[in-house]
Amino acid sequence: MNAVFILWLRQLKLYSRSRARMIGALGQPILFLLALGFGLGPIFARAGRGDYVQFLTPGIVSMGILFAAVFSGIGIVWDRHFGFLKETLVAPVSRLEIVLGRTLGSATVALIQGSIVFLICFAAGFRPAQPLLLPVAPMFMALIAIMGAAIGTAVGSVLQDMQGFPLIMNFIVLPLFFFSSALFPVPDLPGAVWLAVRLNPLSYGVDGLRGAVSGGFVFGIATDFAVLGGLAVILLAVGAYLFSKIEV
Amino acid sequence: MVAAIIEACDLVKRFDGLTAVDHISFAVPEGVVFGFLGPNGAGKTTTVKMLTTVLSPSDGRLRVAGHDPVKEPLLVRRAFGIVFQDPSLDGELTAAENMELHGVLYRVPRAERRERIETLLRFVGLWERRDDYVKRFSGGMRRRLEIARALQHRPRILFLDEPTAGLDPQTRNQIWEFIRGLCRDERVTVFFTTHYMEEAERVADQIAVIDHGRIVAQGTAAALRQETGGRTLEDAFIALTGRSIREADATPIDRMRRVRQVWLGRR
Repeated sequence: MNAVFILWLRQLKLYSRSRARMIGALGQPILFLLALGFGLGPIFARAGRGDYVQFLTPGIVSMGILFAAVFSGIGIVWDRHFGFLKETLVAPVSRLEIVLGRTLGSATVALIQGSIVFLICFAAGFRPAQPLLLPVAPMFMALIAIMGAAIGTAVGSVLQDMQGFPLIMNFIVLPLFFFSSALFPVPDLPGAVWLAVRLNPLSYGVDGLRGAVSGGFVFGIATDFAVLGGLAVILLAVGAYLFSKIEV
Repeated sequence: MVAAIIEACDLVKRFDGLTAVDHISFAVPEGVVFGFLGPNGAGKTTTVKMLTTVLSPSDGRLRVAGHDPVKEPLLVRRAFGIVFQDPSLDGELTAAENMELHGVLYRVPRAERRERIETLLRFVGLWERRDDYVKRFSGGMRRRLEIARALQHRPRILFLDEPTAGLDPQTRNQIWEFIRGLCRDERVTVFFTTHYMEEAERVADQIAVIDHGRIVAQGTAAALRQETGGRTLEDAFIALTGRSIREADATPIDRMRRVRQVWLGRR
């Protein structure tokens, strides 16, 4: 057993022990699925776009993963607050091992959370369109999870306390979600919004996942994979760098 | 003359504009209990942070267990255990899990880890509570667990930053019994900070008094009393550092604790 593994395991233990957190984090995606899925479903169908739940599911799953990953990554602030961070920072292991263990742990938690959301969407009537492409879905889910966890780690390393949290929520996490292809079909959007969607990394995650489970890539599977994979690596590096600068 | 296990030479730490530690020099011989005393904001914690590789000095030389904390941080870290001023346990994990995590981070082999965890938890009287979440522990129990944890990887030096702050006299007494017992058994050098003078007088073999970032006196408690003509170490301390009250700035973490108190009404 090494440092990366034990810190990864810790994130999972924290998650499995906090039922409130688990259920709380499911609330938001379920709310979106029910309110939007069934509220806008008839209009979507009348516009000739087919079943909205079918369209929305990859977006909601991506949202569940992103939110859970960022929250879990930002947990560094709580570790700092309750002092546990110091215990890891004076241990004879490199900061890189610590940050990797933590971030991968957060990503795994988010992946589990996303899978639960997936099952709930299934219960709400979602059915995968192309069984053959289904195995690609977990790959995109994992990449979204790593990306989100790395964002959380980066932000959590910089934040001194939780006062800045609403700022992060409203100016990073929610825009990532709303200006992606999670909620609406993108090709016929007005120019500025279309640009925002294309610059948004989450769009590629949603697109990859949607292509895999509902059919219809917009950017293409290779582009989705390259953009998301590249960004996950870059964000991991940024998170690791900012984490290495923490002083306690 | 025993070789020094901690040596500081002209140590300086400046935070933009403010000199927290101002050219201090001291040596701690192996095997002693060394008390580092001073009023709030005198530079105690900053010094401990530099010794424990958490902060890098602005100037001066440092050797801890034969290594330079700046150039060889991992070797230094392996050689010491630390109990921080603030709690540093994970409340959502059990006592045994906190110990286990520490053992893995310090690469204590599995078999030895098991044996050490049991011995140490038994010694501090927490073996029966090993599977309880730390968040349910009292302040004294947490401290005991932190001491047991800090000694798990058989460090040569144990740093204790105000180990008994905020504890009642009974618990303080008990904590010191544990520290003394364990350090005797394990032959560990102890470096502690405190502002409980009677405590320092009772447990420290050697004392250094720091004020405004400078060491103002060094020696045994008896020597310090004699030097200042005080009846107790507390008299000596006041003679050395004056009567004015020091204000230390709250860190963002302190501020957050306060906000949390308001929100949740606890901790």
